[in-house]
Amino acid sequence: MIDLQPHLPILQVVIPLLGSLLTAFIRRGTLSWLVTLIVTWTLPFIAVALFLQVQAAGAPIYYKLGNWEAPFGIVYKVDVLSAFMLCLVSGAAAVIMPFARKSVASEIDSHQQSWYYTMYLLCLAGLLGIIITNDAFNAFVFLEVSSLSTYVLIALGRHRRALVASYQYLIMGTIGATLYIIGVGLLYLLTGSLNFDDIAARLTSDLVWPLEPLLAALAFIFVGLSLKLALFPLHVWLPNAYAYAPSFATVFLAGTATKVAIYLLVRVMFEVFGVALTFDRLPVAEILIVLSVAAMFIASFSAVFEDNAKRMLAYSSVAQIGYITLGIGLFNQAGLTGAFAHVANHAVMKTALFLALGAAFYRIGSVRFSDLEGIGRRMPLTMGALVIAGIGLMGTPGTAGFISKWYLAMGALEAGSWLLVFLIVASSLISVIYVGKLVEVMWLRAPSPAAAEAKEAPLSMLVPLLLLAAATIYLGFDTRLTVDIGNQIATLLLGGLK
Amino acid sequence: MMEALQKFATHYNYFVTIFLMVAGLYIVIARGNMIKKLVGLSLFQTSVYLLYLSPGKIVGGTAPIYDGAYQVYANPLPHVLMLTAIVVGVATIALGLALAVRINEAYGTVEEDEIFSKDGEI
Repeated sequence: MIDLQPHLPILQVVIPLLGSLLTAFIRRGTLSWLVTLIVTWTLPFIAVALFLQVQAAGAPIYYKLGNWEAPFGIVYKVDVLSAFMLCLVSGAAAVIMPFARKSVASEIDSHQQSWYYTMYLLCLAGLLGIIITNDAFNAFVFLEVSSLSTYVLIALGRHRRALVASYQYLIMGTIGATLYIIGVGLLYLLTGSLNFDDIAARLTSDLVWPLEPLLAALAFIFVGLSLKLALFPLHVWLPNAYAYAPSFATVFLAGTATKVAIYLLVRVMFEVFGVALTFDRLPVAEILIVLSVAAMFIASFSAVFEDNAKRMLAYSSVAQIGYITLGIGLFNQAGLTGAFAHVANHAVMKTALFLALGAAFYRIGSVRFSDLEGIGRRMPLTMGALVIAGIGLMGTPGTAGFISKWYLAMGALEAGSWLLVFLIVASSLISVIYVGKLVEVMWLRAPSPAAAEAKEAPLSMLVPLLLLAAATIYLGFDTRLTVDIGNQIATLLLGGLK
Repeated sequence: MMEALQKFATHYNYFVTIFLMVAGLYIVIARGNMIKKLVGLSLFQTSVYLLYLSPGKIVGGTAPIYDGAYQVYANPLPHVLMLTAIVVGVATIALGLALAVRINEAYGTVEEDEIFSKDGEI
């Protein structure tokens, strides 16, 4: 029996990859679901084990692929930041699996169900790979693995618009990834290395680097990844992709995909280029803050005027990404803490919201407001959980959303900007409008013909939903999991400043 | 003038790279036909191959085979990287074309403005 302990980092990627191979050979959807369930339920244990290992060691864990030494071979690196993201993504992927069986069975043709799980596992492998790798080119390959499978996940939506949404995402996503790889190419031309740590070490050495190509590389990577993470105004692919994708794909992507792109951007900005170069030489912070505030307001307003609940929440996602990038743009301790706390909190709340809509779609086959009228009385538990997650999204005290917005406001104060504090509060008020609209339609109106015949969602859908709704409340009181770790991450990222 | 020409001659590959990059991006943005967009996208991706491969080649260098007789050889790493990038590019274009086929089946056209007029601006 070989000792698996030192190989945990690579298992995080290999297990879903092998799982996807396995499901590709299975014809029956239910069996594929079972394999996927086993795979996704294994991963969080590995992620948590890695996290505890990093906490105990107090230093990053390195895993050399094929035992090739660091800048020559590909190295996997697990530090607090990547361990946190691994826990988040694998946790999100595991929690939603019980929901998958009935949802996928009702929305995907039976002969495609197995392939659907294959794509899901490939996407998961890609996302986990981006998080764990320490190699710029390897990250590109994983980025494309996850993106290509995401396009398929979206394209299988019932409405033909899903095809167009997927195509538009493919075009935008590929441009984003190609811009990223151009930036990495410029970095490679300059430094001759692809290893993130090695590039950083070479850039901070005594050698004098020509500034222009370096800044060009940063600009290419910044814009490329901004496309991937749907930073306003590069978000146009997101609302349609989320709205027309099958419920399960939306649930998964809303909590994970954009967060991983944010993670990669943070990694490159803070760890490779370093705080000094990123924020002093280019107005990255100013650009991030302005675009984030624009996202918080304009995307929130777009959400208010939507009549499709899924599209409304997709616009709300763009706005919430704005909060996260705002925290990054502030680049101080409280701001970054808030940003990463919000990465976790938003993943929990948005997954819960889309799960509830997925359950409604399973029962009535629509998520338009006109069909959702009065559904709260027919599906009280599902829509009760939706209300809790919605209240969290507004940032009400006592919920997860409040904690992250509190730290963001603290970060804005630390940066000396009362205006930003005001804008954070004001934009939260807009979210009160659209969440309020959702609640009003679902609970206060007489049931629509479609909703009148709905029943409570099946148990397999209710359990993950109620779990996440409970987490929304829990994370509002116990902040050890979000704020304390966010604090550690902020310290790690700002380490270069001291 | 001479200096500019010299710069152009010595950095010939990079000018071609930039031309391909910008031309590809322009096609993606300017064309409404989904197939043409994919052609532009492919062009855009191809320019990256050139960007990576150019510095890997050394004038007078041989293939990177370990042999005492040869001291100057090309850098193999960019070539390997671009082999991977080509595979990624092929997969992307294949998926994009597959989507275009499905869109054509569903809408009877691959022109973006006609699709939008059928479903309303999405």
